[in-house]
Amino acid sequence: MEFFGPVLDGFNVVLDPTNLLYCLLGVVVGMLIGVLPGLGPAATIAILLPMTYGVEPVTAIIMLAGIFYGAQYGGTITSVLLRLPGEASSVVTVFDGYVMAKQGRAGTALGIAAIGSFFGATISIIGLTFLAPLVASFALDFGPPEYTALAMLGILLVATISGGTKIKAIIAAAVGLFLATIGRDGFTGAERFTFGNLSLADGIDFVPIAMGLFGVGEILYNLEERHRAATAPMKVSNVWPKGKDIKEASGAIGRGSVLGFFLGILPGGGATIASLASYAMEKKTAKDPSRFGKGAIEGVAGPESANNAAATSSFIPLLTLGIPANATMAIIFGALLIQGITPGPQLISNDPQLFWGVVNSMYIGNILLLIMSIPLIGVFVRILRIRAAILAPITALITMLGAYTIRNSMFDVLLVVIFGAIGYLMKKFGFEPGPLVLAFVLGSLLESNLRRSLLVLEGDPTGFFTRPISATLLVLFVFVAVWPMIKSVIDKRRSGSLAALATQEKEKENA
Amino acid sequence: MDAKKAEIKQEKVPADLDVMPNADEEETLTPEELAAQWEAEAPDPAGPIANLLSSLVVLALSVTGMVISLGLGLGTPAAPAAGMWPFIITLIAAVMSVVQIIVGRTGGKDGEKFSSMSWYAVIGFATLILMVVLMPLIGFEIPSLLLCFVWMRWLGGERWRSATIYSILIVGAFYAIFIAALGTTIPRLF
Repeated sequence: MEFFGPVLDGFNVVLDPTNLLYCLLGVVVGMLIGVLPGLGPAATIAILLPMTYGVEPVTAIIMLAGIFYGAQYGGTITSVLLRLPGEASSVVTVFDGYVMAKQGRAGTALGIAAIGSFFGATISIIGLTFLAPLVASFALDFGPPEYTALAMLGILLVATISGGTKIKAIIAAAVGLFLATIGRDGFTGAERFTFGNLSLADGIDFVPIAMGLFGVGEILYNLEERHRAATAPMKVSNVWPKGKDIKEASGAIGRGSVLGFFLGILPGGGATIASLASYAMEKKTAKDPSRFGKGAIEGVAGPESANNAAATSSFIPLLTLGIPANATMAIIFGALLIQGITPGPQLISNDPQLFWGVVNSMYIGNILLLIMSIPLIGVFVRILRIRAAILAPITALITMLGAYTIRNSMFDVLLVVIFGAIGYLMKKFGFEPGPLVLAFVLGSLLESNLRRSLLVLEGDPTGFFTRPISATLLVLFVFVAVWPMIKSVIDKRRSGSLAALATQEKEKENA
Repeated sequence: MDAKKAEIKQEKVPADLDVMPNADEEETLTPEELAAQWEAEAPDPAGPIANLLSSLVVLALSVTGMVISLGLGLGTPAAPAAGMWPFIITLIAAVMSVVQIIVGRTGGKDGEKFSSMSWYAVIGFATLILMVVLMPLIGFEIPSLLLCFVWMRWLGGERWRSATIYSILIVGAFYAIFIAALGTTIPRLF
């Protein structure tokens, strides 16, 4: 029963009026940006970081979390009504959701997506409630070597699983780690890479980097990318799905939730992979797979449950180990650092109000989403009519003025613009900004843990392998790093032997 | 059908959404066909020159970083100095960029080519820099008005009248929220 004490306290935290208000704000903003093409949850959270300065840490994280899982809901709306995925994780929903809309079942699709999302998130939160304290207590025994190995593995996983070439993602991560070294070295006091510039002496602040790379970078990119002209949205009627539909979809919802929960925990995994995997799983387990692509309700229910479950469970590595699982979590990590809180295994025991406050806010947030998603659909469809040309300068101004309010410094605004250009160029040349930000937030912690480890191990790097946990993590690290090369060799061998077989067959025929 | 889709893609963002082609006219595409359509509509990859250029830039920067880190002193594994960690990272970056030059020499599917539309991003960037320069001198109102107007009129294809009206409304709203309501100390004229 002692276990439930802090959990229930967490509900007290959430039901505080300010926190409730920020939760509501977060999920509405999240749904909104999920609906609008152009900005994703990472960019929006980055742009709204200045808002977190004036409020309590719990309140800030509750709002940012709300934006994240709210965006998963919003992306579904455009997938179903406009055949345009609002988020990467809603791409799969287009296949069957839009067809359902054309069959006059748009309301059913949206309703089932909302129910599935709610269910997925709830399962995920329950899993989180039980799993997180376990992981955290296990990790409390981590010393500097374990944490070093874990941080390295986390960065590598995010770099290799993200889109684009692995090599470029690793380069981006290296750049992020490098940017973290700029400024005064904590151990020796030496100034690194500041070139005498006073503003850089304390290092580059996290917020301008995040706002620039994700916010302004995205905005500049959208100026160039002409979004596909939206067709008139499908009509939505009878938004509540029939009992028969719910029954048909229930299996998919259950499977999707569990699948999403596990895929979200893994760094580099997340909502997009979860939705794809769920769609594939539903197609495989269906009695009549040919229904998929023609309006199969499982094709909407499964992926939607999976992506919300994954979005929620991706908080676990962050809140229990202090390792962000993806770019958005990295930004939330940064937001916590701004508030003076270092996420890690000790978070649950040192600050249970924060931890359980955030976790329980997800219950409330998902209930709010379920209640509001259906009535708000009409509003969002109307908002979609606001042309991108008008929204773009609004978001640019929010970013610029918001950046100024961090420290009343024009230098920060300049940094934001410069990193915006860098973010845009990175996108054009195929470098992912996610690994850079992730590596940046983990950079100073990784370095200090590495140096502490070397001090503890008296300069002997093989000492990492004498400790069981860090040894396992490092072996995993090496495995993940060399796997692509092994795979390509295996593939070449296989195609080589296939070619040899094919030529043998041909010779037999000719003979 | 394909010609119509191509037409839609090239049109500027139209002024009135009601004049849009009807969704019912589009066929039902299978997921594979839909994915293929999206890929066809996606921008072209950056190509081998871009790959070489970007990798060379990274290589140059990382080698510079390595040199500076050496200057800071590496120390020993038992007593690492300030330069050890930056040296390791810049070394990894340098090695990876060389690998990327080799692996990506025939091009690849990542990145995007610059097109004539890329000038929009350049202009956008220029207006943002201009705002950074002008804001401390004349406050945020006028640079914001200019930014909104330029973005809506030239980068967004709005008409003169609607661009002007919306710009004034937006800057007014920002004034109301940031200055009047929140009381922030953003440099301002009025």
